[in-house]
Amino acid sequence: MTQKEISLEEQFQARIDRGESIEPKDWMPEKYRKTHIRQISQHAHSEVVGMLPEGNWITRTPNLRRKVGLLAKVQDEAGHGLYLYSAAETLGISRDEMFEQLHTGKAKYSSIFNYPTLSWADIGTIGWLVDGAAIINQVMLTRTSFGPYARAMVRICKEESFHQRQGYEIMIGLSHGTPEQKEMAQDALNRFWWPSLMMFGPKDDESPNTEMSVKWKIKRKTNDELRQQFIDITIPQAEYLGLTVPDPDLKWNEERGHYDFGAIDWDEFWQVVKGNGPCNKERLAARNKAWDEGAWVRDAALAHAEKKASKNVSKVA
Amino acid sequence: MMSKNNEWPIWEVFIRSKNGLEHRHVGSLHAAGEEMALENARDVYTRRQEGVSIWVVESKHIHATNPSEAGELFEPAADKVYRHPTFYDLPEELKHI
Repeated sequence: MTQKEISLEEQFQARIDRGESIEPKDWMPEKYRKTHIRQISQHAHSEVVGMLPEGNWITRTPNLRRKVGLLAKVQDEAGHGLYLYSAAETLGISRDEMFEQLHTGKAKYSSIFNYPTLSWADIGTIGWLVDGAAIINQVMLTRTSFGPYARAMVRICKEESFHQRQGYEIMIGLSHGTPEQKEMAQDALNRFWWPSLMMFGPKDDESPNTEMSVKWKIKRKTNDELRQQFIDITIPQAEYLGLTVPDPDLKWNEERGHYDFGAIDWDEFWQVVKGNGPCNKERLAARNKAWDEGAWVRDAALAHAEKKASKNVSKVA
Repeated sequence: MMSKNNEWPIWEVFIRSKNGLEHRHVGSLHAAGEEMALENARDVYTRRQEGVSIWVVESKHIHATNPSEAGELFEPAADKVYRHPTFYDLPEELKHI
């Protein structure tokens, strides 16, 4: 590293330490740029792939109220993907490159979306737990050091507040309904509880990126801190529903002021990350199909714009 | 009619008022080129430290919606109450949701 680069890097760190935002045209270490491209594009992919398990239920909602709510939520996820892709593009990666990475399986997205949505209660559980976990992560990210990412998060958090309420309302309906409905709600919680806890990522001592993320204020809390925060606020919500999380070791620890919880099956987590989850192949296939079948729309729009432009040129001449 | 051939083009000016915030439109000015536009914007719009960063965009590059179409464009969102958190009935005693 040259002397000049060292001092640029020191100046950059000093800006971060002072709490300044970094903007796309500012000097930044290559690693900071690459880390953001990876993190923001993966976040965008999660929003987009996240539409699949829920979209699966739009035609089968129990009534119209549930249908408009779910439709609006899935529409929001598409918008959130757009904000995030746009934020990543400010760092010099193209939209096509990001899609290519997603469609070839090179890029990751949140593993939670590789689990199937088997019953209507899964939609309630996803809104309650998966959006709940996402909100905890995203509220933290509204103060992340990269300006466009932080501002996208502010917008997303504002819009997302209804998602979790939509899910929880479904859960109230089911868990306070017939015994069969309550059983359905409990079954969904059983299946989604542990994958939801895994959403916060590996434990701090096994997370290679944590130290750098904290130093550069990409994250302001560690995976374990966020996971604990999620458990602490979610357990009372489960109790209100009269449902039990599938963890025999879960109990309130008076001394710590937090819930203690059982061991997470990290083998399962890594298996799903590596592509061996229940729905990895299905999700990628659906994305590729949508991309391929949309090709004629993209081509037609471009051809139309070119035709219009050439007409304008001849009019001016 | 006076010839406008030599009139400098109009530029729209966007200012970031504080580190971390987005740029916002503050007004416009005339300038012969982008450098002059930035200098003029700095002289006119940040005399009292109103900003930490300036963007200028030549006005002809801005495309806008037609005010006469505002109804059909924006009114449909008015009756979509289910896009708002308050649409969902949750008990008061519930926390963090």
